[in-house]
Parts: sequence; C-alpha cells; structure tokens
Amino acid sequence: MIRSAHRTRRSRRAAGAAAVVVLALGGCSASGTDSAGDAPSGTLTVFAAASLKESFTALGERFEKEHPGTEVTFNFGGSDALAAGITNGAPADVFAAASTRTMRLVTDAGDTAGEPSTFARNRLEIATVPGNPHRIGSLRDLAAPGLKVVLCDRAVPCGAAARTALTADGVDLTPVSYEQDVKSALTKVALREADAAVVYRTDVRAAGDKVQGVQFPESAEAVNAYPIARLDNAPNPAAAKAFVALVRSPEGRAVLSEAGFSAP
Amino acid sequence: MTSGPAAPRTARPRPPGRGVPLALLAPALLGLAFLLVPLLALLVRAPWRSLPEQLTSPEVWQALRLSLFCATAATALSLVVGVPLAWLLARTEFRGRGLVRALVTLPLVLPPVVGGVALLLALGRNGVVGQYLDAWFGISLPFTTAGVVLAETFVAMPFLVISVEGTLRAADPRFEEAAATLGASRFTAFRRVTLPLIAPGVAAGAVLAWARALGEFGATITFAGNFPGRTQTMPLAVYLALQNDPAAAIALSLVLLAVSVAVLAGLRDRWMRTA
Repeated sequence: MIRSAHRTRRSRRAAGAAAVVVLALGGCSASGTDSAGDAPSGTLTVFAAASLKESFTALGERFEKEHPGTEVTFNFGGSDALAAGITNGAPADVFAAASTRTMRLVTDAGDTAGEPSTFARNRLEIATVPGNPHRIGSLRDLAAPGLKVVLCDRAVPCGAAARTALTADGVDLTPVSYEQDVKSALTKVALREADAAVVYRTDVRAAGDKVQGVQFPESAEAVNAYPIARLDNAPNPAAAKAFVALVRSPEGRAVLSEAGFSAP
Repeated sequence: MTSGPAAPRTARPRPPGRGVPLALLAPALLGLAFLLVPLLALLVRAPWRSLPEQLTSPEVWQALRLSLFCATAATALSLVVGVPLAWLLARTEFRGRGLVRALVTLPLVLPPVVGGVALLLALGRNGVVGQYLDAWFGISLPFTTAGVVLAETFVAMPFLVISVEGTLRAADPRFEEAAATLGASRFTAFRRVTLPLIAPGVAAGAVLAWARALGEFGATITFAGNFPGRTQTMPLAVYLALQNDPAAAIALSLVLLAVSVAVLAGLRDRWMRTA
C-alpha cells in the first residue's frame, strides 16, 4: 500500500519534471534537434573566466531550476589557467573565456566541440577607492607619482587589455603589482591597499560600493570578447548544449547586461 | 676504523627477524612512488631543447635570487621568534597553553591565500596594526620585499615551532635542572645547555621552514603582490608563466627544484646527520 502510493507520487513528480524539461527545450529553439532523450540531467561542469562569476552563478541557478535534476558546478579562475586545465584533461563540459586568445589555446588543442561563439563583451574601467580621493579622471592620472596602482599581469586577459589601452594612450605606468587575476586586483582596491586598479566594468559593478568606477575613452581600444564553447570530451554533452543555449538566449543576455557586459 | 678486520659490510650475518616485512615495504614503496612520479613527469615533459634559452633570461635569475633571499630571511626571522616560542610552549605552564599551541599551528591549516588576506587586514595600509605603522613610521608593507618575507614567515614558522617543541619535549629536562643547581640562570641554561641539546631539532625545523617558505605562493601573492625584482618570487613566476607558456613554467619549476634539492641535500649532510 505504502509502497504503491510512494511510487505514484514519484512517478507523478517525474512526469512533472519531464513536462518542465519539454517546455524548457521548447524554449531553447536554438538547439531544435534535441530529442527528449537528450534532456539535460546530472552534473554540468562549467569552467568560466573569473569576471563571469556573478552572472554565471545566477545563470547556473536558473539552469538548475529550468532543468530539474541537473546540478551546475563552476570553476571560476583566470582564463589561461582554466585553458591550461582543459588542455591537460580537466573534465569540463563548457568553457567560457575572457578573451579569444585564451579560447584559441583550447581550440588549437582540438578540445572544443564546434566553433566557439562570442556571447558578451567587456570594457575596462578604473576602479578607485570610494569617493575617488585622488581625483582620478583618466588613464593618464594613474601615472601620478606616489599613486599605488595595480594592474593584472600581462599573462591574463585583463592585463593584456590594460596594456593595450595604456599603450594606445602613451601612458607610462609602473604599477606596484601585476595581479594574477582581475578579482585580486579589485580586492587590493576594495581593501584600500592600492589606490586604483584597471579592471573590467563588470567587476566594478559587482563590487558594489566597495570601489568607485571611472570610465575612460581608451577602453574602447581594448574591448574583450567573451567566447563560449562546448568541450570535446564533455562528460555531459546534453547539459553542455542546453547551458550554452541559455547563455546565448535573450534571458542569458539580460543577466549579462545586468552585470555590465555589452552585447556581443 | 674501529671495526678491526676490514670485512665487507654485506658479509655480516643478518640478525634474525630484521628483514623488511612486505606489509611495510609495499605501502612504503607506493608512498615513495606517489611522491616521485609527479616530479619525474616534470622531468620527462621538460622542454630540454629550449631549456638553456629559458634559463638565461634575467627574469629567472632575478626571481630565483629573490626567492632564496626571502626564504632565508623568513627562516632567520622564524628562528629568532620561533625557538623562544617553542621553548615557552614546551617548558612553561600557563593557562590556555593548549589553545595557544593550537593557534600557533593555525597557519598550517589556513589556506595561504586566506593567510595573505589576514596579513593585509592586520599589516596593510589600512590594517589593524598597519595603519599605525603607516601613520607613525611611514612604513607600508604590502607590495614590498619585506612583505614577502613576512608572508613567508607567517606560513613557514609553525613548521619550525612544532619541530623544535617536539625536540624540546623529547630532551631530558634534568640537564637544565642540573645546570640550575650549579647556579646557571634559566636563560643561561637555555643558551648553554638546552640549545646545543636540541640543535638537530632546530636545524630540522629550520630546513622545513626554509623549504616551505621557498615554495610559498598564496600568502605572498595576496599580501605582497607580484612585481618582478621586488615581490615576484619563483613560485609566482612559475604560476604566471603557466598561464601562457607551460614550457617556461616547467623550466622555472626545474630550476627551483634543482636549487632546493642541492641546498637540502647539502644541509642534510652537514647538520642533520645527528637528527
């Protein structure tokens, strides 16, 4: 008796879940070839650039809600470190990088399934301590003597972009530190150990009132494109496909633009 | 010299029951392999052909010099304050000693990056202590070589303290008591009797601390940042090289490994034979 009641309840729940999946698949018309057998389930592992942390975490929660039975785990970090992990066999399903160069490291190794596509763009912004006590108004102001500025290391995309913008403006800047990723650069300003950092607009927005953003025109010289791709040896290809579709959907774009990204 | 007839050592009859039991040998060899295989993999995959070119770049030597200097300074600092701390923990009775001992070992379990953030909050420009260093003395530790030394000391000193405290507990306190009955003050007894007695333990602890400091990454990059020649030690250079150029990262790691093996093997022969 009890057993059969239990079973009924469970099967009803399963039917409900299937209905949601069917609805969700209907929504993701980009992947119209999906059959019901490809309904995403299980764990999805996404390697994503550190700057995507807030928006992808939000998208991951939506994904889990839209596809019950799935669990999204993220590995956020410097794009290069993530690319190195993937080319060395880390079991990931999706890779979202902060630059086309880092994505190319993975595509060159033949580790992506299909062509990567650009899903967002990011611009640089100067992050200063709240109130901007040093009255930083441009990239040139960062070269003022005595000012402690941190940049990302040239090895990571935000550092390469900052270098491009500084060169475009002819600014000769010696920072106190080349940080290993954009979040560490931002942390130095949030803790007021540095007076300013050149980071992404999205990071300034994510930091809330801990830092103050200063836009500068040269940031147009160094716009980062964010490519996303499914990976060739993805343990969960169905979920990978659905997640990429969600990121590129109008819904995904809305979350990304909320975080400060511009359209691809 | 003292053994008389020059019989080959292997000819000595083996005492019964002294063979190595398989139940110990097998896991021991497994453990050894587990430690060595990753290092061998590093050697196998090393870019031998481009190695000379990688190693002649001035940045490598700059980072190596800085690493050796900072690790040695951190070890010296650990010795100066760590040995007395170990003595305090081993030889005195006070309330909350167990708690203090646990707190001393906390940096061992703390993720080094968290240690770095903690150091920023304590000694940074706006830190609990650091704001006064800045306001009164104009000293700002983050982003400086001194900051690297402090970050490494924070992470490495517990190794020294634990090692020295263990040796002190094992050392017979009656020697110190005898010195005291002969009129030595407690400090003199520590300096003339205890310290020579525990020297091997101190040496072992110092070597551990030095090795830990040499490989330190998380606390260093968080507290002192990363600037070539000033705060970029070898582990930081390796990490950043790994981002773009894994071959260079392997080459750098090999240099660090070779230098540490040379130093540790050298020290072992000199000081640690009695340990």
